[in-house]
Amino acid sequence: MRPSMKSVATLSCFLLLTLSLLIPNSSCFQSDELLIEDDEFIKSPDLGRPSISPPTRKTVSDSGSDSKVQFVLEHAFGDSDFTPAGTFSARLKTWSHGAQTLTKLRFSRKDLSREDKENFKTLLEGDDFYRIRVPSNVISPPGRDYIISSVKARCLPQTGLDEHFVIHMDGVNILGVNYGSLAVCQYPRQFKLPSKWAFTSHTVLKSTEQAPRTPAFSEDIGSTEIGGEEEGVKPLERSFWAKYWMYLIPLGLIVMNAVTQAMNMPEEGQPASQTQQVNGPLPRGPGSRR
Amino acid sequence: MAISRVFTLLLLLFTVFNLSHSLYEDQVGLMDWHQQYIGKVKQAVFQTQKAGRKRVIVATEENVVASLDLRRGEIFWRKVLGAKDAVDEIALALGKYVITLSSEGSVLRAWNLPDGLLVWESILTGSESSKSLLVVPETLKVGKDSVILVYSCGSLHAVSSIDGEVIWSKDLAAEGILVQQLIYNDENDLVYAVGFDGESKFHLYQINAKNGELLKHNSAAYPGGFSGEMLLVTNDRLVTLDSSRATVVAVEIREEKIVFEPTQVSDLLQDVSGTAILLPAKLAGIFAVKVNAVILFVKVTNDGKLELVDKLDHTVAVSDALSFSEGQQAFALVQHEGSKIDLTIKLNNDWSSNLLKESINMDQDRGVVQKMFINNYIRTDRSYGFRALLVMEDHSLLLVQQGEIVWSREDSLASVVDVTTSELPIEKDGVSVAKVEHSLFEWLQGHLLKLKGTLMLATPDDIVAIQKMRLQSSEKSKMTRDHNGFRKLLIVLTRAGKVFALHTGDGRIIWSQLLHALRKSGSCESPSGLKLLHWQVPHHHAMDENPSLLVTGRCGVTSDSPGVLSIIDAYSGKEVKSFGSIHSILQVIPLPYTDSKERRLHLVIDDVKRGHLYPQTPEAVEIFKSEFTNIYWYSVEENNGILRGHAVKSNCVLDVADEYCFETRDLWSVVFPSETEKIITTVTRKLNEVVHTQAKVIADEDVMFKYISKNLLFVATVSPKATGEIGSVTPEESCLVVYLIDTITGRILHRMTHHGSQGPVHAVLSENWVVYHYFNLRAHRYEMSVIEIYDQSRADNKDVLKLVFGKHNLTSPVSSYSRPDVVTKSQSYFFTHSVKTIAVTSTAKGITSRQLLVGTIGDQVLALDKRFLDPRRSINPTAAEKEEGIIPLTDSLPILPQSYVTHALKVENLRGIEVIPAKLESTTLIFAYGVDLFFTRLAPSRTYDSLTEDFSYALLLITIVALVVAIFVTWILSERKELQEKWR
Repeated sequence: MRPSMKSVATLSCFLLLTLSLLIPNSSCFQSDELLIEDDEFIKSPDLGRPSISPPTRKTVSDSGSDSKVQFVLEHAFGDSDFTPAGTFSARLKTWSHGAQTLTKLRFSRKDLSREDKENFKTLLEGDDFYRIRVPSNVISPPGRDYIISSVKARCLPQTGLDEHFVIHMDGVNILGVNYGSLAVCQYPRQFKLPSKWAFTSHTVLKSTEQAPRTPAFSEDIGSTEIGGEEEGVKPLERSFWAKYWMYLIPLGLIVMNAVTQAMNMPEEGQPASQTQQVNGPLPRGPGSRR
Repeated sequence: MAISRVFTLLLLLFTVFNLSHSLYEDQVGLMDWHQQYIGKVKQAVFQTQKAGRKRVIVATEENVVASLDLRRGEIFWRKVLGAKDAVDEIALALGKYVITLSSEGSVLRAWNLPDGLLVWESILTGSESSKSLLVVPETLKVGKDSVILVYSCGSLHAVSSIDGEVIWSKDLAAEGILVQQLIYNDENDLVYAVGFDGESKFHLYQINAKNGELLKHNSAAYPGGFSGEMLLVTNDRLVTLDSSRATVVAVEIREEKIVFEPTQVSDLLQDVSGTAILLPAKLAGIFAVKVNAVILFVKVTNDGKLELVDKLDHTVAVSDALSFSEGQQAFALVQHEGSKIDLTIKLNNDWSSNLLKESINMDQDRGVVQKMFINNYIRTDRSYGFRALLVMEDHSLLLVQQGEIVWSREDSLASVVDVTTSELPIEKDGVSVAKVEHSLFEWLQGHLLKLKGTLMLATPDDIVAIQKMRLQSSEKSKMTRDHNGFRKLLIVLTRAGKVFALHTGDGRIIWSQLLHALRKSGSCESPSGLKLLHWQVPHHHAMDENPSLLVTGRCGVTSDSPGVLSIIDAYSGKEVKSFGSIHSILQVIPLPYTDSKERRLHLVIDDVKRGHLYPQTPEAVEIFKSEFTNIYWYSVEENNGILRGHAVKSNCVLDVADEYCFETRDLWSVVFPSETEKIITTVTRKLNEVVHTQAKVIADEDVMFKYISKNLLFVATVSPKATGEIGSVTPEESCLVVYLIDTITGRILHRMTHHGSQGPVHAVLSENWVVYHYFNLRAHRYEMSVIEIYDQSRADNKDVLKLVFGKHNLTSPVSSYSRPDVVTKSQSYFFTHSVKTIAVTSTAKGITSRQLLVGTIGDQVLALDKRFLDPRRSINPTAAEKEEGIIPLTDSLPILPQSYVTHALKVENLRGIEVIPAKLESTTLIFAYGVDLFFTRLAPSRTYDSLTEDFSYALLLITIVALVVAIFVTWILSERKELQEKWR
């Protein structure tokens, strides 16, 4: 399943790319939501992240105007000050109704300097936090405050340094950044130096989901509701057996006892029946007693 | 798959049980109790004139108007007004109506005195907010109507006391003055409205009470200005303070002019200086001024001179003057003398002698007398007697007569702040067991009675006896731990700073303690309790120690005011230790570590985000330091719209070394855009919640893994415009966004928008789901939504082979730093009621299915099965889904009258529902509090693990005995028969 999915995804990517090349002015659909499995992209500049929206929708939504926007990612080692670590560049799309959204987010990270590497090493040794921050507003950084996110440094090193950004956006505002690597990273964490001192970055933009609408029934209301209530109002009375078992069992036993007694009775009653037989033939039932 | 089978079976088992549960009539009061309170009394009016039931009408700080029996203190009737409908004034009119002025003077109501039915209500309108004054003149009549004079909202209204119709009204705010006093003169039917304009000018209006015509307007300026307080001393003399509060100004209103006579406070008493406060007691001819810690009683002589009559300690309480016979007026004073209080009744024109002096034994635990109301009666020897109603510091209400406390009410229980529970001691030799132990004979007799009841042989008298026996069963009120965990102590912290321990069996008070740390003192001006936490829960090696609790509080209104910590013994209520006026307390985090004495470690966060470790022992620091790196917490800045995550960094760098203080650092932040979102609700899981299974088996024998994290935070935000009342915004302007956030890393796990919806949002988070209640503006209805969150990273663990060979990650620990792979399911349903609070049942092991406990607007608690709020409900569930227990989809949630936990009762002003798991898995204990308290037991899936309470053991025994006897009898019979056979 997985490879076929991937190939479909790459195929669609390719298709979209060609499409976007063919129609240079068309912009992509506003949906920024991406699933990591489907299309995570690496920072290579010419492999622009294509939108997952179907190509048919693209033509519908080309009423807005585009502009470029850039914002800086800063990082800090432990409690050090924040220093620039890379830049996000994106297309800012302004819609006819005034809303602005970001699309085609790309990230380019600066190479780690020697000092950075040293700092990172100390973080790894001390199992300390590697912290990043981005502005909360991409147009007028830093906005109200910086969005900070941090991860234990020991969670990042795989073969290289592996980082994943999931940026939650609302228009031009960044709400939060989920930052970390894909690897399982539980306490106690192992000390491991990366073999390659370079970040592999994956970035995903996420916007809000719509809540599902409350189901509305126009005709069914009566029947279903009544059905639901009936289920609720099951008879609360206990069954006859549950209520009276304590009487029924002894009763049953007594009856059984009586029956066995009755079975024994005829032997006792034989003399009587014999006398009766003398007097005359009478019908004799099994339960006839005197 | 085998596991899933078992689960399906279990689920099936649960579905066999009914969805709704209700009580039989005779089960009421068997395991539930309900207590009614009124709150701290702020005004009282006695009604003792006529023959019949003597009563006192009170208005309280909980917005309750109640009529109490003067003989026993029981409630005749009680009306609880809305949360924003605070009572300003009460009075009696026509001898049969109780008049209340509430909502800052805008609502005037008349209640029928005998039964409390609302007779009429009228809304008074005015141009601006002002002081509210209510005068009920006895003689004033306009036409046939008796008239009530009300000054509120800047206007003077005359209202008919028959039907509440406004006869006339006069806007005085338009004249630019704020009225402080209304004086009605019954000789010439004139109303004098006295007030200030700004702060320097004194105004007097003369108004015809018949028609509201303004007859005369006098004004005079006083150079010193006024502080704003005013007291009527005699009919034509007022007392006020100047703006510096150092001078008492006596104001005389003569026919044509206003005369000021200033007197320095220091002239009254030599060595007293400082700002003075007029006490609001109306003493006729005398007034009381509080200067520093002294109360001065000053007499106004006939020629307008001020004369000091006495000075007393500030703990003294004064009542208003009461006229009891031909022109005689008396008032009462209460002074504290150790464990006694001295009640003195004095005639207002004669300070030196006492009309009555009584000394009453008073429990130290009640604090000082804060308010007093007196009433007179005629003794058997035709002399005058007095009774006093005392409001104590702990909000309790006492009636004192003939030197004794006639009755008392613990009304601080109407303002519960926090609740927790404590286990009772284990039954052993040294522990006192309840006094009423049954003898064997009584036991048998009881069971025989029960047997009669079941066999329907019982006479009505017997039925009454059976019912009484069941209600007063000594089993439930014993002071020891029981096998099922039903008997516990409910520890309740109230706004008065008093802590109570209530027995869950019958709700009686085991102990109560007015916490010293939470009493008003010089260093702590307005203390308030915040939280109750478990400090020490001994179970293993510290078994012989009593459990103890930590009470946190603060000395002020703002969050940066100094904090108070107090540790109390859970069995006796004694304050073991207390820390007064320490660093501020913003958050208290109970850490999952205990020291060798089983004291829990607590990290207290102050307003500069420093953490303080308690208990302050070197051992605690050692434990803390070893777990240092794994301690995280978060803070919510509601006004800023920012969530922040923090971790502990290092010891504080302070001038004075403090090894229990820790610096912290920010780890993450989530910033909500201020123009579109404002935080209105944040909810987390309860710390003590137990989840039985992580897997959920769904219909097609598939397994889903619940995302269970203790660090899940639910946040709801709305558009800033939509924070107001429902209906103040259009659906287009408003939207509600909900978030699920991991509080360790700040990851937003889920984010969802409800367009056209607004708050208030009430939510509950449990296991892997959150249920929240809000208003849908488009549908014009309230809605409840559910979000369930599932962990996909464990979804591969379905292969049996993998399970067998151990290639699964089921046992691997969960870490917040691993990337979460979650899916959510959600669904919304309409819900008819608006909601005050939501809680969820929780049981000891978490096996029993859960019910939501919804505190409805009608002050009742509704139990709603969680299955109704399953996001997987569909219109036509398949047979497999039905088997699993999925209910067909409906658009609204059913409200069944039988599923009200509170049955016919109401928990007035319901504020919270506390759920405590019992030891018996099927059962959970519920404590709902507001002005009333209500406690009950609930079994969401029925008591599948125990016999019902009314199970007759006697019947079972008798049946067995009867059977044995029958066996013997038949055996003997058959033996005999056999013998006869043989002899023949």
